[in-house]
Amino acid sequence: MSLSTETQNATGAAKSFGGMQARSDAALNSARIAISNLDFFYGDNRALKGINLDLPDRQVSGVIGPSGCGKSTLLRVLNRMYSLYPGQRATGEVMMDGENIIADSMDLNALRARIGMVFQKPTPFPMTIYENIAFGIRLHEKLSKSEMGERIEWALTRAAIWDEVKDRLDRSALSLSGGQQQRLCIARTIAVRPEVILFDEPTSALDPISTLKIEELIDELKRDFTIAIVTHNMQQAARCADQVAFFYLGELIEVAPAAQLFTAPKHPKTQEYITGRFG
Amino acid sequence: MPTEHIVRSYDEDLRKLRDMIARMGGLVERQVSDSTRALVRRDSDLAGEVVQRDVQIDQLEREIEAFCVRLLALRQPMAVDLRLIIAGMKVSNDLERIGDYAANAAKRSIVLASLPGLGSMNGFERMAHLVQENLKAAMDALVQGDAEAAERVWAADEPVDEIYNGIFREMLTHMMEDPRNITAATHLLFIAKNLERIGDHTTNIAERIHFAVRGETLPEDRPKGDTSAFAVVRGPGE
Repeated sequence: MSLSTETQNATGAAKSFGGMQARSDAALNSARIAISNLDFFYGDNRALKGINLDLPDRQVSGVIGPSGCGKSTLLRVLNRMYSLYPGQRATGEVMMDGENIIADSMDLNALRARIGMVFQKPTPFPMTIYENIAFGIRLHEKLSKSEMGERIEWALTRAAIWDEVKDRLDRSALSLSGGQQQRLCIARTIAVRPEVILFDEPTSALDPISTLKIEELIDELKRDFTIAIVTHNMQQAARCADQVAFFYLGELIEVAPAAQLFTAPKHPKTQEYITGRFG
Repeated sequence: MPTEHIVRSYDEDLRKLRDMIARMGGLVERQVSDSTRALVRRDSDLAGEVVQRDVQIDQLEREIEAFCVRLLALRQPMAVDLRLIIAGMKVSNDLERIGDYAANAAKRSIVLASLPGLGSMNGFERMAHLVQENLKAAMDALVQGDAEAAERVWAADEPVDEIYNGIFREMLTHMMEDPRNITAATHLLFIAKNLERIGDHTTNIAERIHFAVRGETLPEDRPKGDTSAFAVVRGPGE
């Protein structure tokens, strides 16, 4: 299929632009996660095709593309969620700290503490706010009561929700608004101090103001965490991401610094998609 | 790639923007040509018309700017659309300046028509012809989305500068020969400078069009030939 050769060219072009971009303030950091030749299969269906992509350290990588393009699948690979399902498999390399994440030998519990995930709909547990955060920490660490209290305050503060919940930590998390629940889930994710956070359309169920709060939070979190965000909202990718990757039919069509991709994309498919000319 | 947006009214908006800029470009081309004709034929009536028509251009610039702001706010344009809208704002700004220069030249030609002639107007005619040609080619490049044509316009300003240098020397000579020439020669110098500036704004327009189409900026070092800034006048016996 001709698309794959075009893809090669486009990624090549994007890479050379990345070199040019190094002169500006939008320079990308070195890779925290390096994906190479990644294929993913749902049974016989090849959902990701030869993906080569770096997630730069402590920066935000946006992933955009039409439904079914493979962007959520990519996140499912990064934290090995697919391993829960028989018949789903990944081949290639996803390197983090010299380890291949998708190797069978990978310790999945340890991996998921290092790579956290926030989902489209807020998924608080039907427990108190305090227990929602403590639950994940207890899976990975043994903390004293005071250490636990400190960690929970730290996580809720980093997730910009501490002031709103500090007086009601013993109340049910389900009593919070949608936006608060999502920030609680982010707090739960960062409470185990991961290195990478994956966001799968984290604001698609939220109102615009709650959305902006999450985006501000992502901007804040990237100082310490490497972030990948899958979004249908191109403006959101433009606002949040340092680099943006456009996926189409399981292929990475183009990856470039956000300002480059949204002003002058190299690949015609990217242009069609982001300008709303998609057939 | 498919040229149509999924939302059809967006296409209509962008078409309208192109039309507005093309209309403004047409008006400005006419201002430049009429102001030159008024100068060469010493036609003060025509010059007066040029001066009066300038308000239409200013009005169009405001309309285009308001429309671009509206598109930015309501459509949140990306990529080629974003570049076209930004180019639209910039190009209309350059066109407005060109209109000002033409109107200013027309005003001066009214004064000049009341003074004795000062030699041949050939240089002015050639210069005006060149800048008009470039301006027209730039507007055609915009309408057709032709980046190569825009780049040719961008690189074609040097002959304009060369004629300008010639006129500069010629006017200095007139002034040194006879102080009574100073009024006319000074007005003519400004007119020549106006034409030279029109050429520069035309290259700006070409750069904008190139960026709108290709998404790449042209290099900063455009070929330039205006050396009058370094000219020194030496009086007789100096």
